[in-house]
Amino acid sequence: MTAEAPTKVVGKALKRREDPQLISGQGSFIDDIKLAGMLHAVVVRSPYAHARIKSINTARALARSGVVAVFTGEDMMDINPLPCAWQAAAGRIQNNLNTPRALAVGEVHFAGDAVALVVAEDRYIARDAADLVDVEYEPLGVVVDARKATEPGAPQLHENAPNNIVFEWECGDAARTDAAFSTADVVVGEEIINQRLLPTPMETRGAIGRYEPSTGEYTLWTTSQAPHVMRLLLTAFVFGIPEPKLRVISPNVGGGFGQKIFCYNDMAFTLWASKKLGGRPVKFVEDRSENYKYSTAGRDHITDVEIAGTRDGKISGLRIKTHANLGAYISTIAPGIPTTLYGRIATGVYKIPAAHCKVWGVYTNTAMVDAYRGAGRPEASYLIERMIDRFAAEIGMDPAEVRRRNFIQPEDFPYDNGMGLLPYDSGNYEPALNKALAMIGYDDFRKQQAEARAKGRYLGIGLSSYVEICGVAPSAWIGLPGEGWGAGLWESANVRVHLTGQVVVTTGSLPHGQGLETTFAQLVADELGVPYENVVVEHSDTAGTPFGYGTYGSRSAAVGGTALVKSAMKIKEKARRLAAHMLEASVDDVVFEDGKAFVKGSPDNSKSIGEIALQASVAYSLPEGMEPFLDETTYYDPPNCTFPFGTHIAIVEVDRDTGMVDLQRYVAVDDVGTVINPLIVDGQLHGGIAQGVAQALYERAVYDDNGQLVSGTLMDYAVPVASMLPSYETGRTVTPSPVNPMGVKGAGEAGTIASAQAVMNAVVDALSPFGIKHLQMPATSERVWAAMHGK
Amino acid sequence: MALLMHPANNGVLQAEGHTLVRFCWQHIEEVSKVSTITVTVNGKTYTNDVEPRTLLVHYLREHLNLTGTHIGCDTSQCGACVVHVNGQSVKSCTMLAVQADGASVTTIEGIAPAGELHPLQEGFWECHGLQCGYCTPGMIMAAADLLQHNPSPSDDEIRHGLEGNLCRCTGYHNIVRAVQYAAAKMRGEEVSA
Repeated sequence: MTAEAPTKVVGKALKRREDPQLISGQGSFIDDIKLAGMLHAVVVRSPYAHARIKSINTARALARSGVVAVFTGEDMMDINPLPCAWQAAAGRIQNNLNTPRALAVGEVHFAGDAVALVVAEDRYIARDAADLVDVEYEPLGVVVDARKATEPGAPQLHENAPNNIVFEWECGDAARTDAAFSTADVVVGEEIINQRLLPTPMETRGAIGRYEPSTGEYTLWTTSQAPHVMRLLLTAFVFGIPEPKLRVISPNVGGGFGQKIFCYNDMAFTLWASKKLGGRPVKFVEDRSENYKYSTAGRDHITDVEIAGTRDGKISGLRIKTHANLGAYISTIAPGIPTTLYGRIATGVYKIPAAHCKVWGVYTNTAMVDAYRGAGRPEASYLIERMIDRFAAEIGMDPAEVRRRNFIQPEDFPYDNGMGLLPYDSGNYEPALNKALAMIGYDDFRKQQAEARAKGRYLGIGLSSYVEICGVAPSAWIGLPGEGWGAGLWESANVRVHLTGQVVVTTGSLPHGQGLETTFAQLVADELGVPYENVVVEHSDTAGTPFGYGTYGSRSAAVGGTALVKSAMKIKEKARRLAAHMLEASVDDVVFEDGKAFVKGSPDNSKSIGEIALQASVAYSLPEGMEPFLDETTYYDPPNCTFPFGTHIAIVEVDRDTGMVDLQRYVAVDDVGTVINPLIVDGQLHGGIAQGVAQALYERAVYDDNGQLVSGTLMDYAVPVASMLPSYETGRTVTPSPVNPMGVKGAGEAGTIASAQAVMNAVVDALSPFGIKHLQMPATSERVWAAMHGK
Repeated sequence: MALLMHPANNGVLQAEGHTLVRFCWQHIEEVSKVSTITVTVNGKTYTNDVEPRTLLVHYLREHLNLTGTHIGCDTSQCGACVVHVNGQSVKSCTMLAVQADGASVTTIEGIAPAGELHPLQEGFWECHGLQCGYCTPGMIMAAADLLQHNPSPSDDEIRHGLEGNLCRCTGYHNIVRAVQYAAAKMRGEEVSA
């Protein structure tokens, strides 16, 4: 029996198998889940950014009909604070020092800090009763700015952190960099602020905790990008119970963008409260204002940056000093973001002989700051790309030419940038730049720009050539002995071929919009030579999937995908050996190609994977020593990260009378290595670009001096709507990664990492006739108008 | 402060795009009694007792178990909760369930006959107009209203027509394509993604 080999699907723009349920309203997001006897929890939050809690009186709330319980932080002292899993800066941060507790005890450190928990029969009653909890506060001094927080006399958040400093960290070569600057022809410096952003997944965060008194087992449904890690952190660190006592399930997750990686207090208090209340499930779902006040924010750097070089356009030095705001407590991986994922990639796509980056991580009376799409790399890329343009303007050279003269060249790979990073895996930067320039019509644009200026219209073009770090691993580098991540960063996958020939993949990675069910099925279908429809991908539940560190950092294809391809390879090898037995041939003579095994040169007499799987399953006749069933697992720890790159170009027009910036065109040429599904990759890039454009033009989280989040709702925080964004013109170059067998790099964050500076470089280019050399983000019309008119 | 954080978007409520309802949470709480409403949802008629303060979105999700209509904000910005009330698109978080008494409501679950896809659902699937899928039901319901009023919109008209809906995943590029796909299909033209 021979069947036609199924068509190859890797590289095909298959529409997603995730979609049918989502487009018909049949998804199951956290707030859609209803369990028998479920209670609803609402958090009482501090209105003060810094205060001592003098007293909490729950009597009025408890008296409200329908209220089941009211808890305070003192009640939950039998569980530990949430752990920090990334102890950057050479282990100087203890893993549970100044991390949040389920509810605050004694003091609150930011407006929105959790003070009490009301549990009631329905959410309306719980919310009513939350207003009836009487808390008496003694307000304390407040500081929200990371640099001011380190100055003498600033209010102190934690006794053990003098001057509010979480850590001091550096990378690169300070002495060599100082020497480069002291002999440089040209030095340009700038204070660059990378403003705080609110990640804003459209679904807020939430958790349902359920305790089973008869077995002592807990189940947690939660909006998580990393359910296995949540199980580990909650059992080993917070509750001190055996890991198997907790099962964590991520249902459909409505966007993450980093905010849903972390361990949050609601995971702990819903589980704790369910146990306390005899096993009734307890649901907590944030409203948007709570998401903005309490869940993690992103970016928030204040940086002094200097670049040194020659008049003929060669960069000779880069010096960076950054104050990174980490908020009131240390979030799960917060210390790793402005260090490993920022300073180490600060030199970007350029050969810079001397560079140094110093970072102070700082506590302030604001919500915690942690990874947000791009996580450190957008901040790094923004700095270097803004400064390249600043330098180009200073020496009067075309910014594209300055980029060309300093690019790392194809023969330089693997490339060590001198910042303590693993070597860049592969790259070819100039073709991507040239393609982007051609797509936008760079030379023509410069003519149009000159003509427009003569007529009093201000057009600008902005380039951004970027490189970023994806597929973060290997564990030995990222882990405690190296970068301070408190575990490994491998991924795992199991592939089974059932008796019916159906293939079931279980993976520790999980999608929340990335379409992994589709792309993972594509990879396995091609590797095994089975129809795409015959591959099922199971994920997101710690029961039934092998351990995984989760989906973030654009790592699921490169790390999780490789784990499952390697499992499929093992399946093929076992199938080949079994086929040799079935064909009564020598194993050495049998090959496995396109879903069937045959003796070399005799493809007509073959055994299909389905026939082999049947034989393996019934096990009537197996080679001596072979176990039944085709079932293979891989734990894959890559030898290196992957380094996608590309060039993005934006064209803007600035209105002189209003300061309004019109983003007219956006071209993106990205090299993300091998593309598994172009429809999905382009979609990832579009969304990423939108978030970077939003940072450049619209979004900014603002705290007032009292620590109140002024941009505390979607009415005040400017997430762009469709009319505020352009269409994206996308192109590609393909430079496969040598790190994994598929050659994939990663596409989830590239758009965000590349885009803010493309837009800002265009805005500053448009404003150059006004003598403007730099503008802080976001380039709102007010800010642009003020700059143009010298206000 | 606490009032601002209320899920019910305390303060100014806007229903059906023009009726302004101002109500105060505490007062409602004091007078809270149960009202009986009859609403036809996706062609089926329901009679339920609800508190007068119950939002339409909570009625649909909690009482009728139609959880395809989502909630993404507390200030009527995001549009994840858009449904049709008497044929018009409405943010169901800006309307009380009691205001829907006697009305006919269509949600994402009822936009197409069982087992079929509405051209917009098909367009969103074909053109990769969704990623996490959270905004999608509201986006589709808003787009359906748009196409009802303008069967041949320009890209710009689509972008402006969907200004009441936020998507954080797609950057809108493929949503515009999806709506164009549906528009062409609904005009009876040949379509391709």
